[in-house]
Amino acid sequence: MAGNGKPKFAMYWAASCGGCEIAVLNIGDKILAVDEAFDIAFWPCAADFKVKDVESYPDNYIDLCLFNGAIRTSENEEMAHLLRRKSKVLVAFGSCAHEGCIPALANLTTSEAIFQAAYINSISTDNPKRVLPQPVSKVAEGELHIPVFYDRVRALDQVVPVDYVIPGCPPEPPQIWAVLEAVVSGAPLPAPGSTIIGAGKVAVCDECPLEKHEKTITRFYRPHEIVPEPGICLLEQGILCMGPATRSGCGARCPRANMRCEGCYGPLDDVEDQGARMLSALASVVGVGNLRDEEAKLEHMIEEVMETLADPAGTLYRFSMAHSLLQRARVEMGSSSQGGTQ
Amino acid sequence: MAERVGVYICHCGTNIAGVVDVPEVTRWAGELPEVMIARDYKFMCSSLGQDLIEKDIKELGLTRIVVAACSPHMHEKTFRGAAQRAGLNPFLMEMANIRELDSWTTDDKEAATQKAKAMISGAIQRVLFHQPLELITVSINPNTLIVGGGIAGITAALELANAGYHVYMVEREPSIGGHMAQLDKTFPTLDCAACILTPRMVDVGQHPNITLLAYSEVESVEGYVGNFTVTVRKKASYVNEELCTGCGICEEKCPKKVVDQVFEAGIGTRKAVYRPFPQAVPKYPVIDRENCIYFQKGKCKACQIFCPTNAIDFEQQDRFIQFEVGNIIVATGYDPFDATRIPHYGFGRLPNVITSVQFERMVNASGPTGGRILLKDGTPPKSVGIIHCVGSRDENYNEYCSRVCCMYSLKFAHLVRERLPDAEVYNFYIDIRASGKRYEEFYHRVMMEGANMVRGRVAEVTDVARTADEEGKLIIQVYDTLLGEQRRIPVDMVILSVGVQPRKDARQVAQLFGLGCDFAGFFTERHPKLDPLLTMVEGIYIAGACQGPMAIPETVAQGAGAAARVAGMIGQGTVVMEPIKAHIDEERCSGCRICNNLCPYKAIVYHEDRQVSEAISALCQGCGTCVAACPSAAITGAHFTRRQLMAQVEGILLDVRQSMEASST
Repeated sequence: MAGNGKPKFAMYWAASCGGCEIAVLNIGDKILAVDEAFDIAFWPCAADFKVKDVESYPDNYIDLCLFNGAIRTSENEEMAHLLRRKSKVLVAFGSCAHEGCIPALANLTTSEAIFQAAYINSISTDNPKRVLPQPVSKVAEGELHIPVFYDRVRALDQVVPVDYVIPGCPPEPPQIWAVLEAVVSGAPLPAPGSTIIGAGKVAVCDECPLEKHEKTITRFYRPHEIVPEPGICLLEQGILCMGPATRSGCGARCPRANMRCEGCYGPLDDVEDQGARMLSALASVVGVGNLRDEEAKLEHMIEEVMETLADPAGTLYRFSMAHSLLQRARVEMGSSSQGGTQ
Repeated sequence: MAERVGVYICHCGTNIAGVVDVPEVTRWAGELPEVMIARDYKFMCSSLGQDLIEKDIKELGLTRIVVAACSPHMHEKTFRGAAQRAGLNPFLMEMANIRELDSWTTDDKEAATQKAKAMISGAIQRVLFHQPLELITVSINPNTLIVGGGIAGITAALELANAGYHVYMVEREPSIGGHMAQLDKTFPTLDCAACILTPRMVDVGQHPNITLLAYSEVESVEGYVGNFTVTVRKKASYVNEELCTGCGICEEKCPKKVVDQVFEAGIGTRKAVYRPFPQAVPKYPVIDRENCIYFQKGKCKACQIFCPTNAIDFEQQDRFIQFEVGNIIVATGYDPFDATRIPHYGFGRLPNVITSVQFERMVNASGPTGGRILLKDGTPPKSVGIIHCVGSRDENYNEYCSRVCCMYSLKFAHLVRERLPDAEVYNFYIDIRASGKRYEEFYHRVMMEGANMVRGRVAEVTDVARTADEEGKLIIQVYDTLLGEQRRIPVDMVILSVGVQPRKDARQVAQLFGLGCDFAGFFTERHPKLDPLLTMVEGIYIAGACQGPMAIPETVAQGAGAAARVAGMIGQGTVVMEPIKAHIDEERCSGCRICNNLCPYKAIVYHEDRQVSEAISALCQGCGTCVAACPSAAITGAHFTRRQLMAQVEGILLDVRQSMEASST
């Protein structure tokens, strides 16, 4: 905690995979410029700070905090509140903090079912006493506490107010650098309030070089089921590319490599629900039968096409479940294993 | 600036107030933070009710209006007008339909009151995001398309053509005339159907203002009121109409006889090259490819060899004709009920069981028997049973009354007695429905002529005799509800008075024109009482039995009425349209092209150079298809923006949201 007058920088991981940290390191030797420009106040992945260090800082001590990871446990939530209090600018960094990402797909099930899968049913588990994590356990020395596992995964801004969002799973290094550089140079940032920075305002297709035509989809293919025609829009070929419903900024890296866009940069402005919007778009371009076919027959044909769409929830909502209109599967109150009904 | 919202809640007499607690809803609405004033009134649509709104707008400076009353189909225009008169843009008014969607759906007062609050809350939240819009005026093409050349279409066509407007008439069969051309006499006046119909058919054929496209079908309809583009498929008839004089030599020389299932209802024949009947309009025959020896076996060409004007053209192809019209009248008529669906009446199995359509052809002087009533063996019947309500008023088939069968069945009784004075006639009826002009008198006349009336639904028609006098007869088994006993009445001939039902392809036709169908498949009108001719699609009218069972006088009245409506539209010259259009924000369009082939009006173009799509406002009809499809929300529908709709949903879910928030903390 050097009093050198440099702006203070923090980065924290909540429910995340660590990829966001690596993405920051992926800015290459520019990381030295970051070190040059900032004083690191908290970054568990890179430097040895403790929570009590942060607690000891005055409020608004940290100038820029990149918060990655979703809010899965009570610890995640506590850290979110703490870092909010201590930071001037809090950034939801990466898809988990932005909109729940992969952890939030667990919102389709209950914490009870997750524990069953993780601690009882998986074939590599040997747990004859069927021990499950308990938030409080009594041992000879006294009470032990571990964080409470919530029923629902939330994005950062569903817990504390967020100033900016840098989307992506993970955010692309050039975008990260662009934001950091702007902060370092003192360039004015847009008005805060969950404002998206480090990304585009148009869909991924805008950056995608593949040739696009009018679309009529007669069946969907999973990536391993088809070798796509090079140079042609993947969606037209029945590969469920999320590009049209996804914010640009990544440079369309996946479609350029003939892989479908998975949608990690999240929905565009004014879209309440990325999955629903994409589903609505897909429903509009499924083309089977003729105008004069009987309704029941048409319905059947459409159903046949839609059956080729594997795992719609995991495909259409892979990153956006926490912020979607669905939010989570319906859970009967009081069914939680730990009583954490957040 | 905070909006100043006024909420106006209509009692609609007891229609709403009988179920919804209107004073309570008014009190509740008045306390909402967004609402400046909430009032209720007996009939908000009355001029006094409208005055209330106008006065408040002027005196309280209201900037948004919510009217909770009936369907916007009824009174949106009314209340928009009130807003406009008070100087407020009419699109800053929103209706909550608490009648059709609420008070009429339930007797549960508490639930209805709660729902009224939810709907009003939705309307308030929505109207806060409304934007002022200006109406758009478009011109009306004076040409009209009439689909179907039956008596409804013929009447409408002549009305419009005589008024000086051009009409395109499309008829699927080789001749216009419809079902009426098949009939012998018409009830209750016993006019000769052909004598009154054929002069009108000829008028249609010769009228300078009518383009008759027979043996043709509408392929596609695009556009909107005042400006429809129609594509018609003119089916190959293999007869060159430029050269054909209609002399009939081809029909005479054609060696192939075919049972005529359409015009002669299966009891007469025609040739493979044919006109359905001698007075056909247009006069040109068509070649039935399926039955033509040349088309099937590659040899014959008798018609071509004998044609004096070289009009036979075996190479002819279907042609597509495109034209513009401002209005459309759909008059596609009905199908008779298929009597084989009731196997216990024996049609198709017992030789002398015939349908009413077949009997019409049989008694017609120009029909297959020259007007003689004959059994299969060529002898006249000594007794005839006429079964009413075949396929009608029966929950197993059609629940509705077909409305014409009673009267034509009585007409049949009269005709049998007229042609065969010694024959016995039995009419088997459930109720006699003779409610038209001079119908009841006709019923009495037929009874006085000696027809036997048996009240009861026939159970079965059989040829299995139980007694000697039933031998060789058709026995009609019926419970006579007046005598209170089972009866078996042996007759020589049975006529099944089949009902009226929608055309078998009515639903496809509805889809083609964007019309609605009722449960049976009849096209639905805009309002069953006040607007029976217009459909839900502005500029498309329906007339005649495609809308529901009706007799000739009503059909003619509907045809003329539809023509009057169209003439009124043409007279206006322009039509005001809602400014509800889609707009693509070029800055936000990624050029993914998902919307490109969705527009039913072909209003979306893709600009290759800039790689963005554009919705052409003049063509857009505001259907919203592209708005829903755009995965990046770059397309907005005016007056149906995402913000407006989400606000409305959240408003409607006011109580649900509260309970959700309560449960998640």
